[in-house]
Order: sequence, then structure tokens, then C-alpha cells
Amino acid sequence: MTTNTRRARLVLYHTLLLGGVFLFWYAMTEPGLIPPFWFDDPTRAKFFFGQPLKVFQRIWTWFSSGSIYLHLGVTLIETLLAFAIGTLLGLVAGLWLALSPTASTLADPYIKGMNAMPRVILAPIFAVWFGLGIASKVVFGVTLVFFIVFFNVYQGVKEVSPVVLANARMLGASGRQLLRHVYLPSATSWVFSSLHTSIGLAFVGAVVGEYLGSARGVGYLIQQAEGVFDIDTVLAGILVLTVFALILDFIVTRIESRLLVWRPGTAETERL
Amino acid sequence: MHSATGAGREPALALEQITCTFASRERAGDRYTAVRDTTITVGEGEFVSVVGPTGCGKSTLLNVAAGLLAPSSGRVRVKGSPLTGINRAAGYMFQADSLMPWRSALDNVLAGLEFAGVAPGDAEMRGHAWLARVGLTGFERRFPHQLSGGMRKRVALAQMLILDPKIMLMDEPFSALDVQTRQLMENELLELWSADRKSVLFITHDLEEAIALSDRVIVLSAGPGTHPIGEFVIDLPRPRDVNEIRMTPRFVEIHGDIWHAMKDEVLKGYAQSRKTQ
Repeated sequence: MTTNTRRARLVLYHTLLLGGVFLFWYAMTEPGLIPPFWFDDPTRAKFFFGQPLKVFQRIWTWFSSGSIYLHLGVTLIETLLAFAIGTLLGLVAGLWLALSPTASTLADPYIKGMNAMPRVILAPIFAVWFGLGIASKVVFGVTLVFFIVFFNVYQGVKEVSPVVLANARMLGASGRQLLRHVYLPSATSWVFSSLHTSIGLAFVGAVVGEYLGSARGVGYLIQQAEGVFDIDTVLAGILVLTVFALILDFIVTRIESRLLVWRPGTAETERL
Repeated sequence: MHSATGAGREPALALEQITCTFASRERAGDRYTAVRDTTITVGEGEFVSVVGPTGCGKSTLLNVAAGLLAPSSGRVRVKGSPLTGINRAAGYMFQADSLMPWRSALDNVLAGLEFAGVAPGDAEMRGHAWLARVGLTGFERRFPHQLSGGMRKRVALAQMLILDPKIMLMDEPFSALDVQTRQLMENELLELWSADRKSVLFITHDLEEAIALSDRVIVLSAGPGTHPIGEFVIDLPRPRDVNEIRMTPRFVEIHGDIWHAMKDEVLKGYAQSRKTQ
């Protein structure tokens, strides 16, 4: 009961905060609502910052006419592909390097170098290599996601409790069984903490890729609108992307709590 | 061999002239000899305890016996044949938490059978039986973090015993428990052990625990270069209750003898630990 009311109150506060921000935005940009104090021209604020009502109108027409679905679908496919491929590659490479000292010492400086490289500048090169379709965005997203997952898995495997490992060996686990029953589960909690960051980066990869050169996707819509100084549409695109990023993050959280039931919670008492 | 393990029969476990030298990580060329020239045998069905001051390399010896650590020199024999790799005849109970935190109590107990490829249905039946034997019926689905320290030790005990090892290696398994729980666990261990008399090598820093449980107590010197300095046969009658046996005059007498032999080493170890600090 108390937790329910507390949660309801929190939702209320969240809504009020969001409403307040939009109200502030509306008040500052609506021409003639408050006397001008910064710009001489009352319509100038609206030109620079857009207007919340126009933004929502734009989102509404996108969804009611259905014109957004193609673009959103493309962006989501790119995001999910980049996320899945990047995570898988990161997982495999992380496990491999963490368990093979020779490979890890050999690859170490190169991995560090590639991670330190500002990879955003690679996006145009990928567009040249893989064309303006989905592939170039996915590859770009993969380069962003891979390193996050890789480093976390590497760390996770390195931090496996030596006692648990020795115990599994004494219980007769073979090398493969150690990988499957000790290293992988031990690394999963590290992997999941990285998935929250990497799903966001997969989105960044897709949108930036689209922005730099494509004919479809939300990033393309934003880029087109920017070309004609249509701030309302730009902001509408950003808003839609934000909501979808939150939804994906929420899904990751749900899967995480399902898979990591064994992890001790911060305050766990059983309710009778 | 200086131990009485029955004429002509090979001991279940023999550590022969084991020396373990570790190279220092901080300074190359620096060496630390944890164990020097140590010979310990455990007879068939014998309960042997090894007592020594803290930091004397007791765990090192046990890891050598388990095959987790290769000795710098010397060798290990299991029923007469030299040991290579992991000691498959032995079960190991660790001092620290060794359960897989992502597995429930039952799945932890089943781990060994799963690794050996036992059919899941059959394995699960044996798992339930073992959890019942250590008094954890109803806790099958709990994860290790949802169990108390004593319960976790019981799960670890069942996890080891379900594989029916011929040799049990125990590294201060109850040292993290409170005194009452510890005595309960010691009695349970003795009861489980008396059922089929496995060979036990039990490491502890607690002399009373060693005497109460064992047939034979081996006292180690302080490190570095730990080696056995005394061996005492405990002729207390079995079955024993670890709590009651501590009050008997014979127990007090044995305790006095061993303590006398250990005292100098304990003081030496204490002085050394103060020096290094």
C-alpha cells in the first residue's frame, strides 16, 4: 500500500516536471504571450527553439498519416541489428581474449587504439563502402556497441571468483563446461550493465549514419527538416527517437531482471 | 612412512616431501617458500586434521592435494598412483563461499552430476535426497544470497558429497560461522562421515575443533617453510559429540599436550606477522 502510494506520487512528480518544462517552453516561445526581453522580434524565439504545440502537431500527423512508420521502422531495424551484432561480437571477442592470454597480450594495444579512435568520422567511409542503405548504418552502430560490450565481458570474465572457479573444477567441470556454467553466467551481469549504454549507442549509430547520408529513417527526416530550418520537425524527430530509446531500454531492464534473479537486490526482504 | 595406516595397504592420500615455492610478483627474484619438505598421509577411512598458525600455508597443502596447485617438488599419491591434474577421487570444501551465485541451492548441489552427464531426472532425485540429509528441504529454489552462512555451508557439503568422493578435503570450512552453528555443523559432519567413513584431510586453525573431529592431528610450524612438527593420535571414543567431548578429561589432556608443542610456533608466527606489518 505505502509503496503503491509512493509510486503514484513519484509518477505525479515526474509528470509535473515534464509538464512544467513544456509549459516553460510554450511560454517562452509563443509570440506575444510575454513581453519581449531578449529578441526584438516576438517571432524570433519560435524560429530558434520551436514550439511545443507545433512539435506535437507534427508528431500527431506523422503517426495519423502513417508516414513516419517507414522511417521509424528503418531506424529501429538498424538499431536492433547493430545492437545484436555488436553485442554478439563483443561477447565472443571478450570471452576469447579474456580466456586466452596470448591473444589478449597480442591484441591489447590494437583494441585500445581502436577504442580511442573517434569512430564517428568513420561513418562517411562506411557509407562509401557499404552504400547508403541499412548496411552502412548497422556497421557504424556495431563499431560503437562492440567496444562497450567487449570491455565489460572482458572485465566480467577476469573478475570471476577464483574460489567458485576452483570449486567447479573440483566438481569435474571440463573447459567447455567452465565456459558455459561459470564464465558466461558470471559475465552476464557485466554484460547487462553494458547493454543499457550500448542500446543507446546503437541508436546514435543508426541516426548519425542516416543523418550523414541516406534516403530513409528518422535521422534522414531530421536532416531534411534542418535543411529548411524547420526546427519543429527536428525537435519532433528527436522526441520520437527519445521515446523509442526509452522503450528499448525498458525492455532491456525487463530481460535483465528476469535473467539476473540470482543477484542480491539492494534491500530484499520477503513480503509474507 | 611414519604414520600407522595399516600394514601393507596404500594410504588413501599421500603428500610426499612437498615443497611449494612462489615467485614474488612485486620483486622479481624474490621467492617465498610456503611449504617445505612436508609429508602427510591419510589412511583409508581416516579423519586427519592439520593445525597450524594462520598464514602457515595450510591451504597451499590442500590445493596441492586437490591437484589445483602443482608443487615445486615432491609428489602426491592417491591410493598409490601418482596424481596428475585435478584429483578426481577428492571432494573439496572451501573456506570462502564457493557456491555458484547464479544457481539455486538444488542446482548447486546438482552441478557435479550435471558436469558428469547424469540424466537430469535421476540427478534431481539424488539432489533432493542430499538436501534433505543436510536439513535443507524447502530451500531448493533459494539462491545462495538468500541463505544464511550455515545453510550455504550445508549446500556446499551436499554439493561435494553427492559425487561420493573417496577423499574429502576441507579447508577451514566452518571458520566463518558463529560458534553454535559451527558445533552443529561439526556434529553433522561427523554423522555424515561415520555413515561411510571417507578419508578426510581437514585443515583448521582451531585446535579444539581438530581434536574433537579427528583420528589424528598434525601440527604445522609457522611459515615460511612450513613443515609438520608433531603428530598426535586422538584416541577419544566414537561416536563423539563435539560439544560434550570438550569437557572430558582425556580431551583436556590431549589439548594440553598439543598446545604445549604448538605454543612456540604460534609465538614465532605472531612475531613474524608483526614484523612484516
